[in-house]
Amino acid sequence: MNRTKPIQGELFDLKNVIESHAINYGLDFYPVVFEECDYDTVNILAAQGGFPSRYPHWKFGLDYDQLSKGYAYGVQKIYEMVINTDPCYAYLLKANNLVDQKTVMAHVYGHADFFKNNYWFSGTNRKMMDVMANNGTKIRRYMNKFGQDKVESFIDKVLSLENLLDHNLLFEKRKKAIKIEEEEEFDEFEGQSEALKSFFRTKKRYENEKGEQGSGSSKSENSEVETLRDSSLPSKDILGFLMEKAPLKDWESDIIGMLREEAYYFLPQRMTKIINEGWASYWHSTIMTNNALNPSEIIDFADHHAGVMAMSRQQINPYKIGIELFRDIEYRWDTGKFGKEYNDCQDMNKKLNWNTNTKLGRKKIFEIRKTHNDITFVDEFLTEEFCQRQNIFTYKFNPRTNRHEVDSREFKEIKSKLLNQLTNSGSPVIEAIDSNFSNRGELLLKHIHYGVDLDYGQACETLKNISSLWKRPCVIDSIVEGAPSRILFDGKEVKTQKI
Amino acid sequence: MDHPIKRDHSRFRKIVKGKIRDSLKKYVSNGEMPIQKGSGTYKVPMPKIETPRFKFGSKQQGGMGQGEGEKGDPVEQEGEPQEGSEEAGNGEGGKELDVELSLDELASILGEELELPNIEPKGKKSLQSTTDRYNSIGQVGPDSLKHFKRSYKEALKRQVSTGTYDKDNPVIVPVRGDFRYRSANTTIEFENSAVVIYMMDVSGSMGDEQKEIVRTESFWINLWLKSQYKDIEIRYIIHDATAKEVDEEIFFKTRESGGTLISSAYKLCREIIQEDYNPREWNIYPFHFSDGDNWSTDDTKLCLDILKNDIIPSSNVFCYGQVESRYGSGQFLKDLNTGFGNESEEIILSKIKNKEAILDSIKEFLGKGK
Repeated sequence: MNRTKPIQGELFDLKNVIESHAINYGLDFYPVVFEECDYDTVNILAAQGGFPSRYPHWKFGLDYDQLSKGYAYGVQKIYEMVINTDPCYAYLLKANNLVDQKTVMAHVYGHADFFKNNYWFSGTNRKMMDVMANNGTKIRRYMNKFGQDKVESFIDKVLSLENLLDHNLLFEKRKKAIKIEEEEEFDEFEGQSEALKSFFRTKKRYENEKGEQGSGSSKSENSEVETLRDSSLPSKDILGFLMEKAPLKDWESDIIGMLREEAYYFLPQRMTKIINEGWASYWHSTIMTNNALNPSEIIDFADHHAGVMAMSRQQINPYKIGIELFRDIEYRWDTGKFGKEYNDCQDMNKKLNWNTNTKLGRKKIFEIRKTHNDITFVDEFLTEEFCQRQNIFTYKFNPRTNRHEVDSREFKEIKSKLLNQLTNSGSPVIEAIDSNFSNRGELLLKHIHYGVDLDYGQACETLKNISSLWKRPCVIDSIVEGAPSRILFDGKEVKTQKI
Repeated sequence: MDHPIKRDHSRFRKIVKGKIRDSLKKYVSNGEMPIQKGSGTYKVPMPKIETPRFKFGSKQQGGMGQGEGEKGDPVEQEGEPQEGSEEAGNGEGGKELDVELSLDELASILGEELELPNIEPKGKKSLQSTTDRYNSIGQVGPDSLKHFKRSYKEALKRQVSTGTYDKDNPVIVPVRGDFRYRSANTTIEFENSAVVIYMMDVSGSMGDEQKEIVRTESFWINLWLKSQYKDIEIRYIIHDATAKEVDEEIFFKTRESGGTLISSAYKLCREIIQEDYNPREWNIYPFHFSDGDNWSTDDTKLCLDILKNDIIPSSNVFCYGQVESRYGSGQFLKDLNTGFGNESEEIILSKIKNKEAILDSIKEFLGKGK
């Protein structure tokens, strides 16, 4: 059943026009396949992270439920969706008018360029469409074999750890992939996820060694476990750690491997929300206003553009901050407002009217999209003047009035708060420290505390989930309301003690 | 075939129903009633179902926004995250999930949780209900119901049989008699009919909390009975020293004061039954809620007489729920108990101590499958 169909006729012609504008501006992307679909299909795709085929799980149903209601009540509508694959797939909502379609196309080419060129995506598997579909098939097969409830509840537990990833692995995986290609000849594990392959390799090597050493090897077995543990800990890659070290059945490790692979696939997108949306918005705005708009479409375009860029008092709109930062950078590098001479200048008036006509803006922003992620982008280019111009403030919860209140407009505070929010793509940093804690095989985790506590209730539930994978008690060290604390789940109940 | 996500969706619905069942007691005792929406569905608010994660607590974290405002000004929290940002940064709060359930789904949750038996209706199926189905073809009808294919066929047949059909130029021109229209067949079904008569004591001793209990309890009872009978009528009576019939809104909102003559309500109830509901055709469910205070023993005696001679013989079952209040003596329940005995099949007595006891009381009332 085809729910989407390739665009034809007028839309197809428009696509060619927009594409040639994008190329003229120097954007560089994998081919983009635009498909048209109705709102229900867009909701389905959005619920599945953009992919047409995923493994069966109720969370997709939940997201679909919410998206469908959001659409039905008219509170939200998905304009665009683009998947980071080669070729890039992008979906257009059939009911949108032409000016929206054009804007979306221009926006999509921005994303496509970013996906291809940004360093953080360099390790991405561009055939993820197939990987996701295969994962779906395999998990469905496991469900047929072991029961849907059993497999689904296992997935629930794994998903609960989905955000515990090690950002550095994005590049290590690439290294590993290169290495694996070199030793391609003994790939007997075809069709299994990358992660599982390496797991089986380790296991195999381990079994070989055991075989060589003969029968009386219980001691060396222990030492093997010992060394394995030492080499892999501490680790932020909690899923990877559990996959290799937890006493799991093969199908369970395989599922962790698949979900981990998917999580790492989505990770660069979580790390580049502001810069990626900013880049795409910069380009839809540039292409539309300079080239693609008909005079009759200007009002509609301005209306919808403004809707997407709307500022909110509750949170930073990544589209808005991103596009404004790019424009600010372009302006600064066009006028030479950068570098030692400018920074050292003490004369405010001179600084304000500074213009050395450097005209480096375009070049600069292309450089930035190549190497930066949200953190480095904000860290390097967020300026005090920018924050003032954008009216940015921080807020915090006031327990006395029981509401959130504006806290500060100080540049330093804003910047450090923003960077904190972006650190580890907004997830707490959790490390596995010891797999034989208390010498009882318990798992010790540590929350690296940067000033914000964990959500306690959720932390307890998550701990239970880890423990059910680890099959032994699990412990996490963190700070609760200012006091260093240890939260422990012993298989029956959660206890918290000060340390 | 449907998209596989529909299966994910029904999985999700199943989980939701499970959650509602698990927390049914909490809902019922909090008086959190599902909101009825059009087309027979109910909206049940429930906490967001989410996968637990290690994540930051929201209060300490604070956030940042754009706009005007001095230090200390509130950042309004009502609005939900922006459109367009599907992951919405870190701003996702404890959003509530509104789940829509049909009456049958909701009732079956109640039924499963309380292990309620299905009701065995008495009396013959006497209530006529008609349904129209457009499943036949007629020669007359409005243009909007014109059946093009059939009309075309008729015209074709006519032209072939009259020899005006030209296979080289196969133009079919229908005339008036060729037109066919979709037409409805009316089917009559006989249903069991039921009426619920709620009586509530609104004398001074019944406070807001007591009424809240009655309201909640009657909502769930209605829900169950509605799922058992296709058409159900509901009548409301309030009484203090005198009784009157009111509509639903007044029933739950009025606050009267004064003395209590329960017999006044029973008399009115008897009248309603005699006038409108023939016991041989109707399943009749009188419910009476009170705090158990009656004016005099004479009146109580009168009540027992009316119940014994008129109301109970015509009802499926008579239910009396006694809500505990600070002022009520609770005597009436004891009187009914001595009057009818504990084991009586025709009368169900239930004591509702507080909101937590609502569910048990519903079970007492409906658990007999009458």
